[in-house]
Formats: sequence, C-alpha cells, structure tokens
Amino acid sequence: MPVSVANSQLVYDAMKRTGVTLVSALPETWLVHLIRMADEDPEMTLVRLAKEEEGVGVSAGAHFAGVKSAMLMQNHGLLQAVNGIVGVSLLYKIPLLMLVTDRGSFGEKDPWQTEGGKYTRPVLDALHIAHDDLTRPDEVEFKLSKAMTLAQSSLSPVALLLNRDLMWEEPQ
Amino acid sequence: MKRIDCLRVIYPALEDCAVVTIMGAVAAELYSLGHRANFFYLEHAMGLASSIGLGIALSQPNRKVVVIDGDGSVLMNLGSLTTMARSRPKNLVHLIFDNETLLSVGGGAPGGYKWFTTATSTGTDLAAMAKAAGFPRAQLLRELEDFEEAALDALNGDELSCIVAKVEAEMPKSFLMDVHMLENRFEFPRALQQPAKRKKGGLT
Repeated sequence: MPVSVANSQLVYDAMKRTGVTLVSALPETWLVHLIRMADEDPEMTLVRLAKEEEGVGVSAGAHFAGVKSAMLMQNHGLLQAVNGIVGVSLLYKIPLLMLVTDRGSFGEKDPWQTEGGKYTRPVLDALHIAHDDLTRPDEVEFKLSKAMTLAQSSLSPVALLLNRDLMWEEPQ
Repeated sequence: MKRIDCLRVIYPALEDCAVVTIMGAVAAELYSLGHRANFFYLEHAMGLASSIGLGIALSQPNRKVVVIDGDGSVLMNLGSLTTMARSRPKNLVHLIFDNETLLSVGGGAPGGYKWFTTATSTGTDLAAMAKAAGFPRAQLLRELEDFEEAALDALNGDELSCIVAKVEAEMPKSFLMDVHMLENRFEFPRALQQPAKRKKGGLT
C-alpha cells in the first residue's frame, strides 16, 4: 500500500510531542498507519468512533479533564462533524486539534472523493477555523506544534490538512 | 415516574462525580436541586453528552462520570452506545430519562401532550440496545424505588452501566438557570482538575 509509513510516523511523533495522549479516529486509507501507531502506543488512548461527530464530544471531555487530544478523520468526516464542532467546540470555546486527510484535491483518482474535496477549505473558512496544509515532511513538526499552541490559546478548533504529497507515495 | 424525583434520589450521590447533562428539562431540573461546579449542562449538540462523558471517563479513570441523557438525544447519536461499550470505562454511568418524546425541543406541551414522540414510544428499547451494544450492565426501570436501587448501585459500582428510566413527559417547573453556559464551561474543568478534596479519613 503506497501510504507513506515514514511520513505517517513523522506526523504521529509530532502530534505526540504536542502533548496529545488521546486520539479519536475513523479510518480511511491515508490514515491506516497513523491509527495503527496510536493503537500500538501504550502511552496513547485510541478511541475508535462510529461517526466523527462523537470525536468532538470525546475531545471536549478530555479537555475538561485536563488531557490534550486530537481527531483523525477524512474530509468527509469533517463534514459529518460540523454540527458538533459548532455546538460544542465553537459555542463552548474548546480547543480541538483536527488532522484531516485532504481527499479530492489535485491528483485524486477516486471519482467518489472529488465532490467532498471541493468543500473542505470553504467549510473550514465558513466556520472561521484556522487551517493549514501539511505537504512536506520538513514542515510537519513545526506546523503541528503551532497548531496545538493556537488551539489551546484561542480555545478553538484548528485543522491541519494532510495532503496527498505527504501521505501518498505513488508506485514507481 | 417523574424525572425530578429520580434526580432527587441520586442527587446526594453526585457530589464527587463529573456530571454531564443534556439541554432542556433535565438540565433545568438538576439545576433546580442545587447547582454544583462539577455539573456541566450541554445546551446544544444533542447526542454528544455521552461522548463528552466518555472523553472525561477515559481521561480521569479514578473519577466517576455520570451522563444524564434523554431518549431524543441518545437516538441522535446511537453509535455512541457502541463506542462507549467497546471503550468500556468502568467509571462511566449512562443514565437515560426516556419520556418517549422530544420534550424540550418543542415535542411536548403543557399537560403532557406529546406531538413529537420518539421511537421509544413505539417499542424501541434503549436499555436493550445498550445491552446489545455491549454494555456489561443495562436496565430499564419504571418505578421510583427500582430506579433508586439500580441507579445507586450503578453509581457505587465499578462497571460501565446504562440505566434507562421511563418517565413522564412533564415540563420542568422552570427553565431558569442562573449560570451562564460559558461560566459553566470554565468552572467545570476547574472542578474536575483540582486536587481531590480532603475529607475525614483521607482522600476521596
């Protein structure tokens, strides 16, 4: 499978260095290694969700209890979670670090991913959620660190979009 | 059985718990019994109270967490029953007041008239669903004495529990809550993160 193990490890390690000890997730192809790493890490609590919106609540609960957390999901998961993001994270001013795979953008071969890809950034912008792209390995560490810092200081959701160039290695 | 009577019998047992309620009648009635900093009233995002409770329970395994939910909210996030069941925190009690209607979002009216019922009014059994989702303990109670026994047993117990109480679709006497949701949002984590209170005989 051409999902990048090395870059998944970079993202995982950088996420962990921000202090995250609880991750809630739903899988998609690009996230398989990240979720496996969380599962295999005895220092990480992995919550396997049935639907993404639950993760917004789980992260809010973790925050109330003094624990830093993150959500791993596809961009369609973000769309699914919007009501929770508005009704919990934004309404109650709760930090939320979201790592969202950026499916449906340039290079997408799966026709069924192309529609959702058009709305990922407009939806984040409509909600005034700060977001940035993770495209190159050398920007993973500092962008994750700064994203968590902003989430905690602004008491708001922030999103990092995991790009194709970072997560996917085209077969030679 | 009335919701307020159920809340009255468990109220003293909630003192050291993290309590997360849904919006509407449940929040107003718990508040009317006496607000505490360890009560968080989720005034929106129906369905997510149980997810918030799960996040707390996993993050503070030594604290009892009580989610006070309703049939309408649970039905909006049924997957949460399966997520709670598979995570199975021993310190989480999921209490559901089932009045078979979406009372607080306009589905009920004074006098108990129900014009927007939920599926529990036509036979959906939330306790059976919790049990089938994998809750080690799930019970449905119709009488106050039975509720009191089951709820206190769950609160004092050491396993993930779901207690469903069939209650009347009755509006609270008042919806007044003199604590702003943001005030509540900040006092709640402060209460949860302060060191355990010292009582006679040591830590609680």
